[in-house]
Amino acid sequence: MTKELLQLRVNGESHTVAAEPHHTLLEVLREELQLTGTKHGCELGECGACTVLVDGVPVLSCLTLPAQLDDRAEVTTVEGLARAGEGAPGSDATMLHPLQTAFAEEGAAQCGYCTPGMLMAAKALLDTNPRPSRDEIAHAISGNLCRCTGYTAIYEAIEKAAQAR
Amino acid sequence: MNELSILGRRLPKVNSWAHLTGQAKYADDIMLPRMLYGRLLHSTQAHARIKKLDVSRALAYPGVVAIVTGADMPEKMGIMPSTQDETALAVDKVRYVGEPIAAVAALDEDTAFEALSLITVDYEPLEAILSIEEALAREDVKIHDDSTRGNVFKEVHLSFGDLEAGFAKADHTRDDWFFFEGNTHAPIESHSCVANGEANGNVTLWTCTQVPHYLHRELEKVLGVPRARIRVIATPNGGAFGGKSDPFAHEFAACLLALRTKRPVKFTLDREEVFYAHRGRHPVKMRLRTGVTKDGEITAVHFQSWLDGGAYASYGIATTYYTGALLTVTYRVPAYKFDGVRVYTNKPPCGPKRGHGTTQPRFAFEAQLDKIATDLGLDPLAYRLRILQPPNSRTVNDLRITTMGLGECLERAGRATDFSARHRQLPPGKGIGIAGSAYISGAGLPIYWNEMPHSGATVKIDRGGGVTVYCGTAEIGQGSDNMLASITAETLGVLPEDVHVVSGDTSLAPVDLGSYSSRVTFMAGNATKDAAMKLREQLGTVAAEQLGVPVEQIRSAYRRFYDHEHPDAFMSFTDVAVAAEARFGTLSAAGWYKPPTGIGGTFKGAGVGPSPAYSYQACVAEVTVDRETGVLTVDRIVTAHDCGRALNPANVEGQIEGSAYMGYGEIIGEEQVFRGGLHKKPSLLDYKIPTSLDTPKLEAIIVETIDAEGPYGAKESGEGPLNPVIPAIANAVYDAIGVRFDETPITPDKILDALAKKKDRVGPTGLDGGRDPKAALRRLTASTDARERKRDA
Repeated sequence: MTKELLQLRVNGESHTVAAEPHHTLLEVLREELQLTGTKHGCELGECGACTVLVDGVPVLSCLTLPAQLDDRAEVTTVEGLARAGEGAPGSDATMLHPLQTAFAEEGAAQCGYCTPGMLMAAKALLDTNPRPSRDEIAHAISGNLCRCTGYTAIYEAIEKAAQAR
Repeated sequence: MNELSILGRRLPKVNSWAHLTGQAKYADDIMLPRMLYGRLLHSTQAHARIKKLDVSRALAYPGVVAIVTGADMPEKMGIMPSTQDETALAVDKVRYVGEPIAAVAALDEDTAFEALSLITVDYEPLEAILSIEEALAREDVKIHDDSTRGNVFKEVHLSFGDLEAGFAKADHTRDDWFFFEGNTHAPIESHSCVANGEANGNVTLWTCTQVPHYLHRELEKVLGVPRARIRVIATPNGGAFGGKSDPFAHEFAACLLALRTKRPVKFTLDREEVFYAHRGRHPVKMRLRTGVTKDGEITAVHFQSWLDGGAYASYGIATTYYTGALLTVTYRVPAYKFDGVRVYTNKPPCGPKRGHGTTQPRFAFEAQLDKIATDLGLDPLAYRLRILQPPNSRTVNDLRITTMGLGECLERAGRATDFSARHRQLPPGKGIGIAGSAYISGAGLPIYWNEMPHSGATVKIDRGGGVTVYCGTAEIGQGSDNMLASITAETLGVLPEDVHVVSGDTSLAPVDLGSYSSRVTFMAGNATKDAAMKLREQLGTVAAEQLGVPVEQIRSAYRRFYDHEHPDAFMSFTDVAVAAEARFGTLSAAGWYKPPTGIGGTFKGAGVGPSPAYSYQACVAEVTVDRETGVLTVDRIVTAHDCGRALNPANVEGQIEGSAYMGYGEIIGEEQVFRGGLHKKPSLLDYKIPTSLDTPKLEAIIVETIDAEGPYGAKESGEGPLNPVIPAIANAVYDAIGVRFDETPITPDKILDALAKKKDRVGPTGLDGGRDPKAALRRLTASTDARERKRDA
């Protein structure tokens, strides 16, 4: 195998990365850029743990090759979520995205492993539908498996974040 | 004592922020310089001798650095010292498809994976034993040579009270068979570890384990390296549920490869490997005979269980006992007999899954109580309330009961759902069911015999007012780090965010036996409180002197020590800490916890079942059954849980809801099932865990009984709430369509079949003794032939 150079914009930063062309966006994010916040649960597109946003749209990074992305595509991972929040700069607490605060307050992250993907799916929902119903939330996160919570606290957190925005 | 300032409040967990920003370091997130990547070679045979294992071509493959096989680590190991029947990698024989045989370390993962195909294994296939009945009947095929009867791993017989007299007194006796299908944990994080071989010959292992201390012991045994030179660090587990509480092949392989190469080596299992690693819920066949008087008072219970253990022991000896041990702690049982058998089969080993061994019999017992209530014309809620085991009592099998909130759980779950008014009154196709249950708050005995504490903790205070708690617990998502921080903060009078938590590190933290059997809050909580109280006494003494008030008047909270009667007179926590260090020297204290003696019997087998406290729970489930499609929709699950005291109500509710979710998955369709020796569903697409769209409305009700021995009154909440959900749903299905499902899961095809054939019951009628013992071999051969024909076509 030979590595190839590719350009990636992730969380507002531009990177030139050398990676095997068959390696997925997930592998490149985690292993080349050390953005290990994005998780893998199956690498088969079944669990949603690896969800990131590409131009605001949730995609499964384990089924995406970097070569598939548009040159100007903007990838957002969980590490970019706080920055993408609407809080006032300069205050650590308010720099967090309302989803992060709400997930903490509602206990919506137990083991925390599905959480990065869940947060990205929830962000994509709230960015397009600021006041989702419980049904709409359930649909939006239906591709993100959580084995700990039974989803109740996640619904409550997303609803709370929607109200906070 | 102080009024509580931290405990009882819905505070965010101290480790939430790491989880929510991507900073949490799970095992697979660890990247070290010069790190090698490992992969395991797995058996393709369910049962075979290894005639030849040749790794030479793989070793010569460019990029491969080292390979280890079973011959490098032949020492027997296993989580229970009395039943060690495994080796780290297969030696001479494989006993299930997926059993690890060899491990490759290479410069990158792709290379390691490619090298696996260059390893030659010559198998001499043996007949595979794939069912409980075959395992019992086939004396001629031995999975393990030392089984004395067929492929029996363990047989237990316990009897308490006068069983015959009990049944003679009964006005009505029920005799029912049940089957509980096996299922698996399916944590979203697959197993992963990194071992680092250090220049001085030491090895450090970061791994997502629930049991760093037990793993530490097994590593010493298998690697032949003194424990002093091994450091195990439990990384945050991305879900565990019992599935990460055995020592695993990849952990030994990583350490040995790291020691040999003096480099870091990482192994991360893929999803299919996780399904084969398993150690999950045992399939159990059960026969339950219960005698009752005409008003329902239980006179005798005879419970028999047959457990399909898979290829190795794992926790199986405990699982076997647990199927019988806890049936007595919920309702009065004056005479009880328990016979349990666990057999070996050529499938991935079963082990502990949330509710360990108690989930299957609880399903049977609560389903049968529902039948008894129907037989006698009793309301199943009022009936249960009438036969409760009293608090502060002793069961017939000599278990000590202290706080007991089952009655309140039943009443509150019943009230929340208007159960008694709606039961048997809903329109056809709609049903409501109820069940109760119990679980241990930690086991009374450790898994290896010793007289040392079950949990130890150290707390130290630095000169800036920061506090650190060290404890060997493993954070598996249940919130143990937050529990340690909260109890430390409460005891000392600071805030949880002032407490730095060092957990799961065998070099830094005192031993805690691990995150299993719902023991952590009770035992590590008590150990931590004990340690923090010792410092609190020193701080209180100094604060009293400096404030000039009697020490009894001193309180501490919110980073202050103050006079309870004149709260304006206070000192900051930091000032008190500085004064105390000047007075007493370095502020550090160790605490520990060991369960009291005398909480169980003294007979052989009395080691499993005793617990310093039992949690109790009740569930009401509401269902709709579509008679056209057979689809069972669970509309609502309400679970009330007696957790002693809710140290953090948000987290307790999370455990109750998560347990309800997992129980729901087990009865609605999750099954770890095999064709030949092959897993039928080794992916998250095929093994369907409920998605957000599948999951019913879950409601949690916290019941508090303030246990006198629990830390600040707390008992467990991580496992018990799963148990009542399964029988409550089965009982609701009966209410909806009049069919008793005496087996799990309840799938649409079973419902349609029952309705079409007008069956009133679905379930086993006995051990399947008449089955052709050669059937398994024929099935295996046929499926292999079919695969090969398909490949050749």
